Amino acid sequence: MSAVIDHGHTDHHHGPAKGLMRWVLTTNHKDIGTMYLWFSFCMFLLGGSMAMVIRAELFQPGLQIVQPEFFNQMTTMHGLIMVFGAVMPAFVGLANWMIPLMIGAPDMALPRMNNFSFWLLPAAFGLLVSTLFMEGGGPNFGWTFYAPLSTTYGPESTTFFIFAVHLMGISSIMGAINVVATILNLRAPGMTLMKMPLFVWTWLITAFLLIAVMPVLAGCVTMMLMDIHFGTSFFNAAGGGDPVLFQHVFWFFGHPEVYIMILPAFGAVSSIIPAFARKPLFGYTSMVYATAAIAFLSFIVWAHHMFTVGIPLTGELFFMYATMLIAVPTGVKVFNWASTMWQGSMTFEAPMLFSVAFVILFTIGGFSGLMLAIAPADFQYHDTYFVVAHFHYVLVPGAIFGIFASAYYWLPKWTGHMYDETLAKLHFWMSFIGMNLAFFPMHFVGLAGMPRRIPDYNMMFANFNMISSIGAFMFGATQLLFLFIVIKCIRGGKPAPAKPWDGAEGLEWTVPSPAPYHTFSTPPEVK
Amino acid sequence: MSEVIATRRLVTRLLIVVVVMFCFGIFVLPPFYDAMCRVFGINGKTAGAYQGEQMVDEQRQVRVQFLATNAAGMVWEFGPQADEILVHPGEARDMLFVAYNPSDKPMSAQAIPSVSPSKAAAFFHKTECFCFTQQVLQPGERIEMPVRFIVDRDLPQDVKHLTLGYTLFDITARKPPVAQAP
Ligand code: HEM
Ligand SMILES: [Cu+2]
Repeated sequence: MSAVIDHGHTDHHHGPAKGLMRWVLTTNHKDIGTMYLWFSFCMFLLGGSMAMVIRAELFQPGLQIVQPEFFNQMTTMHGLIMVFGAVMPAFVGLANWMIPLMIGAPDMALPRMNNFSFWLLPAAFGLLVSTLFMEGGGPNFGWTFYAPLSTTYGPESTTFFIFAVHLMGISSIMGAINVVATILNLRAPGMTLMKMPLFVWTWLITAFLLIAVMPVLAGCVTMMLMDIHFGTSFFNAAGGGDPVLFQHVFWFFGHPEVYIMILPAFGAVSSIIPAFARKPLFGYTSMVYATAAIAFLSFIVWAHHMFTVGIPLTGELFFMYATMLIAVPTGVKVFNWASTMWQGSMTFEAPMLFSVAFVILFTIGGFSGLMLAIAPADFQYHDTYFVVAHFHYVLVPGAIFGIFASAYYWLPKWTGHMYDETLAKLHFWMSFIGMNLAFFPMHFVGLAGMPRRIPDYNMMFANFNMISSIGAFMFGATQLLFLFIVIKCIRGGKPAPAKPWDGAEGLEWTVPSPAPYHTFSTPPEVK
Repeated sequence: MSEVIATRRLVTRLLIVVVVMFCFGIFVLPPFYDAMCRVFGINGKTAGAYQGEQMVDEQRQVRVQFLATNAAGMVWEFGPQADEILVHPGEARDMLFVAYNPSDKPMSAQAIPSVSPSKAAAFFHKTECFCFTQQVLQPGERIEMPVRFIVDRDLPQDVKHLTLGYTLFDITARKPPVAQAP
């Protein structure tokens, strides 16, 4: 746990080590950031191919391609891999690359722990994915792994699943501790808290959320483990436990978790929109407070996922109003982004396209969230495709578009080359159209009562499902184009200046492109 | 170097938070949830054995319905002697549930009660119940199991109908019957 400050001074210009061991042993925040981003992209493609299996099966009513047992494993693994393997590591990767550059620090505060937290991930996901090949199959109980489905009725491999979740949890906790330590202790002189870019702010708050709730998830799976193997009955009614307790513990983690997946995207978009509107961010201070308010509120709304389990009326009312309250700080943010664009001299390069789509489509997801928050109405919507539409509208154009926007925005800094703008715009439009085609019809079939996580459906949903599947295939295929664009950008292209976007602000643009292996070995002066 | 010390102190504090939150998940949330269930009758959980006395309210009648369900894999025959009875709030009443073990093995079982509507659960008192203990039945054995209950006089006026349900779980693997044989 030695801090970076005492390495790098001896030899200012040494570059990366050669060969494979560079990546295994590296403690450099840029190397580790790169590894996180590639890992996340691999998981994105893997989780994405599972989504393709799901949509292929749902292309038509009836069972054609896979067995229901396998279908269940696909929905479960798709959710787990996208949440823990794609979105979260992508944001940790962005944090590793950008936070030190944004606050003028030479590296992360705990470089060796950084290396360890990355390398836990391939182990965790190797283990998780291997369960698919075990006898009895992989997890098939949904990404929410409700007991007793996962404890009493789960497959043999559930123990490995639990262990994989433990590893991911340790990795995220260490990553979060590293982010907090970096932000609080390594800021350049003059970089006061209220001067930090919003990406740094949102990550600081996200890191606190992670530190608070990942241990609860660890506790939750630990109790499952004890129920399965050591004869306890936390979630087993026969022994005096209660399956509903599982849902409380899980969602105590689960709702803050959804904000863990969106807050860093809020931060990135808050840097990108001002850059392309060529105006400073409207309402910086209110953005900071709104983020903190969202984080706080996210701890007291978890039971909106459980309106139908039979909580008392006062509980329903409390959680209903608390949930609706979250829309207020979220609305503050949306209005601030809109005001930032208002009368700006906007240009629409790929990062901006993704950011504008983020604002519009995320808001749609927020509205469907508000509909779900109405407790009596949720009895109709719960466990239907309407919920699926809701969370894909907040997660795909929210978290994923936020990641794409960040990737295009900072690719010139990472690679030293400009990416191919035409192809990037194509990537945007294909993603935009594909994602809306895939997820918008889900609102309708959901309201009409199509249940989620079922491989077959009523004839009357056939047309909308076919449209969804076509959109999903389009969205999925487009991501290979993204891979191509990134590789092309790494291998060459127009050389990028230190500051490729004329409206951009921040310390990261004061270092050359590509960013040298070591930056800010002597802290910059922040005015 | 001061940053190193500051970092070390910060990391220690954050690790303490991690440990505290882990313990919160395992040691605080479950008992807290249990307590909430008992206090508010959440999930149809009724409190333990009732000790108090109550005056009988002859003016009012409530229909109490009985339900018996076998959990997955449970082979016993299990059911109440009557589907429902009419009771006056405040009076103590009895009902017998019958269980029969048709298998060729001694088995043990645990019944888990639930009262609905859940807002009535806090007003449903059991003074004696077979669910307070576990049952052991030899192959082919049949028993009658009593439950004695009082519906509280303070039961909200709009509740005219209560359901007392039991789910019977096979706990032979967890509590082998031999160890408990009388
Ligand atoms: C205004 C803000 C929001 C409100 C009012 C809201 C409300 C809700 C409600 C009530 C549900 C439960 C629906 C049900 O199961 O019946 C739900 C589910 C969900 N929400 Fe949101 N939400 C909001 C924002 C978000 C955000 C920002 C994310 C993630 C980035 C998110 C992710 C999810 C997920 C993943 C689920 C489904 C979990 C599952 O059952 O698998 N929500 N939301
Ligand atoms: Cu939620």
